[in-house]
Amino acid sequence: MSLIRLQEISRQYQMGAEIIHALREVSVEIERGEYVAIMGPSGSGKSTLMNLLGCLDTATSGLYELNGVNVSEMDDNQLAGIRNKEIGFVFQTFNLLPRANALRNVELPLIYAGLANEERKRMALEALTQVGLADRIHHKPNELSGGQRQRVAVARALVTDPSIILADEPTGNLDSKTGEEIMALFETLSQKGNTIIVVTHEENVAQHARRVLRIRDGLIAGDERVERKLAAVAVS
Amino acid sequence: MNFYTEVKEGLFIAWDAIRANKLRSILTTLGIVIGVVTVTLMGTAIDGLNRAFLRSISMLGADVLYVSRTSWFIDSYEEWLKVRDRHDITLAQVRELEKQMTLARAIAPFVDSRRPVKYKNRNSSSVTVIGTTEQFQFTSGSAVAQGRFLTAEEADGGRPVCVIGFDVATNLFQQGPALSNKIKVGQQDFEVVGVLEKQGNFLGHFNLDNQVIIPVKQFLSGIWHDPDFEIQVKVADLKSLEDAKEELRGVMRKIRHVPPGKEDDFAINQQENFISTFNRVAGTIATAGLFITGLSLFVGGIGIMNIMFVSVAERTREIGVRKAIGAKRRTILVQFLIEAASICLLGGLLALAIAWPMTFLIGQFLPATLSLTVAGIALLVSILTGIVSGFFPAWRAARMNPVDALRNE
Repeated sequence: MSLIRLQEISRQYQMGAEIIHALREVSVEIERGEYVAIMGPSGSGKSTLMNLLGCLDTATSGLYELNGVNVSEMDDNQLAGIRNKEIGFVFQTFNLLPRANALRNVELPLIYAGLANEERKRMALEALTQVGLADRIHHKPNELSGGQRQRVAVARALVTDPSIILADEPTGNLDSKTGEEIMALFETLSQKGNTIIVVTHEENVAQHARRVLRIRDGLIAGDERVERKLAAVAVS
Repeated sequence: MNFYTEVKEGLFIAWDAIRANKLRSILTTLGIVIGVVTVTLMGTAIDGLNRAFLRSISMLGADVLYVSRTSWFIDSYEEWLKVRDRHDITLAQVRELEKQMTLARAIAPFVDSRRPVKYKNRNSSSVTVIGTTEQFQFTSGSAVAQGRFLTAEEADGGRPVCVIGFDVATNLFQQGPALSNKIKVGQQDFEVVGVLEKQGNFLGHFNLDNQVIIPVKQFLSGIWHDPDFEIQVKVADLKSLEDAKEELRGVMRKIRHVPPGKEDDFAINQQENFISTFNRVAGTIATAGLFITGLSLFVGGIGIMNIMFVSVAERTREIGVRKAIGAKRRTILVQFLIEAASICLLGGLLALAIAWPMTFLIGQFLPATLSLTVAGIALLVSILTGIVSGFFPAWRAARMNPVDALRNE
């Protein structure tokens, strides 16, 4: 059974009198443990696809099965539960809570999951250690560099042990060197068996993935597997 | 996430948000502070008024019935027309009542008039001169500080003696001894046989210490020939007050020859009449007062609503993030409700800190203190104001679409 199964998913928006077809009957399957990049120019529908995959939005028509559960008909609160349990978000602008320290930011999804305090602290610390920030847990976002902030965001995405890590332009606000560090972090996470979906318009970011989905005008224009030599990874 | 963690987390976030916007939070809560201060002071003042009244009214005695030609409280002009032609109550009727009434411990005639009182070259221009009998000591509950009260013989025989109130004694005799001296009441001399203890005033108006009590016969001969009497009846047992009242009514009807089927041509007043009339008036004052002060709280509530809308708009993105990582609608709702309630609670506490010393000021005029109940209600009202005025903004936050919220810059 696939982890993600999209079947003839369409999403339309009403823009004044005009109806915009952001996605037109898209069908795609993603397996557990895959590392997928979704590429496309702006206005292609890739953000819409990401929102649907991340259960932030629901399709106008079509079926979405995540982990064997049909989520296309769920209401707001049920989707919130699914997001909490199944999905870890990494955003371009990090989206950390500015007044909370790193530990607390990472704890947040666990609070919503209803875990006890000690358990939360332990898991958050573990996640921060995994991204190499064990010594920065009491720093607030404005006391951290961009790369460190994005690491905190990754730790927050990881901490619930979700089915998917969904990253939206994760290197968009970082310089190329730090961007590479983050991509290397994803690489490690992928090797540990996490399912990763990265939405990007940068070719070199997409090249880190094992599979590239290209979106154009609301349709899947390409679905290619990337075979990479281990050496190439090491160089990049 | 259960409700308990939601509230705990909400408090944490609220405290954080308030600390981050200190000045704004304080300015916003100022409306609540003013509202709660006024409501608290109003409540305390009304409470004090009630207490002052009940303290005063207790002088009437719960077990004393006051028979007079008309009721203490005449509610309408029509009623006044009906009662104005009633015959006076005479001393003969009082005597007759004394003979027939069985459930009374003491029965005293009562009549008063204002007269100047003189001692040598000192005088008091307007003193309440009371004509009564020795029974008055029991019906009025007056206590004698020096000397003694009138005796039965003095009351009947009309010997020119008097018992004077505390203020009359200080005015006329200053530091000197009052007993056995003769004072002039109207045209006649009266020997002082007793001085009453200090009693204070009744309803802040009638000075009970500015009185001279003389035998009723002396009053009739020297001051007023045919007055309308009031009869004070102290019942034998408070538990049989109603029985005594019925007996009193029956006897009075017989004495005053009221034919069966006709209305009483007299009225029996008691402490309760005062209390019920007062409660009616005080209730109206309290409702109006609390309504007006409540308005300022309402205005404060609007301020809270306004700032909560701003807070929600400012933190749209934060709401988006929280929703993306799993916050349900209720969680967001509770978070903002708690924030609004916390700001208001802060205002309520501040208000109590301000109102508390101010109640001492009120305490100068009324027996009022800031009670724990009023303080508790004030805090409850501030929290409630927060929840009510925060609801609409919180509801808006809770219903935000996460995609739009995240896109918000």
